[in-house]
Amino acid sequence: MSETIEIRWHGRGGQGTVTAAKVLADACLSGGRHVQAFPEYGPERAGAPLRAYNRVSQTVLRMHCPVLNPKVVAVVDASLLDAINVAEGALDDAVFVVNTARDPKEIRAKLKATSSQKVFTVDATKIAIETIGRPMPNSSMLGAVNKATDIVGMDVLLEDVKNSFGKKFAQKIIDGNLDAVRRGFEEVQQG
Amino acid sequence: MTTATKTKMQAVTGNQAVAEALRQIDPDVIAAYPITPSTEIMQRFSEFVSNGKVETELILVESEHSAMSACIGASAAGGRVATATSAQGLALMWEMLHIASGYRLPIMISLVNRALSAPLNIHGDHSDGMGARDTGWIQLYSENAQEAYDNSVMAYRIAEHVDVRLPIMVCMDGFIISHSIESMQFLEDEDVKKFVGEHKQIDPLLDFDNPKSIGALVLPDYYMEHKRAQHEATTKVKQVVLNVSAEFGKKFGRDYGLFETYRLEDAEVVLVALNSAAGTIKDEVDRYREKGVKAGLLKPRLFRPFPYDEVGDALKNAKAVCVMDRADSYGGHGPLFMEVASALYPHRQGPALFNKVYGLGGRDLMPHHVDQVLDETIEVAKTGAVKMIKEYITVRN
Repeated sequence: MSETIEIRWHGRGGQGTVTAAKVLADACLSGGRHVQAFPEYGPERAGAPLRAYNRVSQTVLRMHCPVLNPKVVAVVDASLLDAINVAEGALDDAVFVVNTARDPKEIRAKLKATSSQKVFTVDATKIAIETIGRPMPNSSMLGAVNKATDIVGMDVLLEDVKNSFGKKFAQKIIDGNLDAVRRGFEEVQQG
Repeated sequence: MTTATKTKMQAVTGNQAVAEALRQIDPDVIAAYPITPSTEIMQRFSEFVSNGKVETELILVESEHSAMSACIGASAAGGRVATATSAQGLALMWEMLHIASGYRLPIMISLVNRALSAPLNIHGDHSDGMGARDTGWIQLYSENAQEAYDNSVMAYRIAEHVDVRLPIMVCMDGFIISHSIESMQFLEDEDVKKFVGEHKQIDPLLDFDNPKSIGALVLPDYYMEHKRAQHEATTKVKQVVLNVSAEFGKKFGRDYGLFETYRLEDAEVVLVALNSAAGTIKDEVDRYREKGVKAGLLKPRLFRPFPYDEVGDALKNAKAVCVMDRADSYGGHGPLFMEVASALYPHRQGPALFNKVYGLGGRDLMPHHVDQVLDETIEVAKTGAVKMIKEYITVRN
């Protein structure tokens, strides 16, 4: 059981959070791992807080319930830090990745993270505007989460983003998203 | 040794998995009307139709009642036929469900289990499937996307078997499975086609050289003989399920029976549960085994017809059994509990038995809820005393 990594995503409707969880699951299939990705379904509307989850494991995943004690907490919208306790139930060695322009130390204090928990920040929305032309922070968050957790090889992740977005979008959008993943990976800061 | 080609793991939703099975089976006719959470199955399937990936004639109707009516007509004509639905959609089919089984038409429904209104709720529970318990349809339940896919591949082999010729529902939990992405393995198109085989309807209406009528009035003089024949056909289902599953296991390496037993052999405290909850329970059974508790699980797969003898045998040596129902029969015990109680009646000196109703309208069943049920089952095993036969859990007072 200990080798199962559980991730909880916090976002708002319309930011591509669920897509991020799906792409990550798909990428983590590499190396024969088992994966799950599932959102908490409520009334789906833009701007409403939502959660999505990932599990990644070397063994078959049988559990079918939300993640209560995440190893990784990815906050796609920093305004949620004032609305809900995103740190609830996080493991003692949890990793937080927050989309914000603010200093990681400031976020660490806000999260009341313990010394054994890691806090990363990245301005994923700014990266998204510069790469995709829209405030859609999911791809840059994927890169940042991958840097903070080292959960899958970057080449695998990029390939998966390419395939996932390739089905629906024009080459320009795909390239923008790939840039966003790379920049999220490079620009994430630990505090 | 499996003879089939190994395919790589993929991450897909339960709905996607079932849509893939339908693409590979390529039924002659599908008639459907969308309803959450089963909509995605037909949304994907309609893409296959538009893109020429299947030859299926897709009939988009104005209601589920019409969907089942069209399925009945197409099946009676001689086609291999399917549909997908959930909750109120299945409820609206209700009268036609009886017609399908009474006409002995091997139609498949992909039933994505969802709570019935009111109150309006789109999430997963088993009240739709349990409501169709007495309609004469075969019901297979599936824990996850893999099982929903495998059961779909096996469904026609069971339903169309010459001894059976009955309609079949393949059930999986709404949202928890239908909308969650999980890793699973598809079979190759060719392997599925070969396994499922050609459909040859007995007495098809489109056989113009041998005209016949279906749906004649049958009064007291013969109605009961028809029903008796239907009952007899139902008694053949178990063996056909076992045979088809054995062949599937041999070819593709995944084994299925009438039900799954998990660490049940020497278990003293046993939970019985359908569908996705069984996965969560298996993890907790492992944790309790590590603590030295002889815990186990029985997960029914074939709910209709219910394998009473086999379930009774599998549970008779336990000390306490808690049956967990994700549906209620108001004024009765939970529907699964009633079956397990019947199965254990010949073993009256067997386990103490009680019933928990959980997860209605998609309420989560968390590991600590399973632990509470296991703890109570341990207590009942010790004392032999059941405090309350049927009780709602994970609910506000």
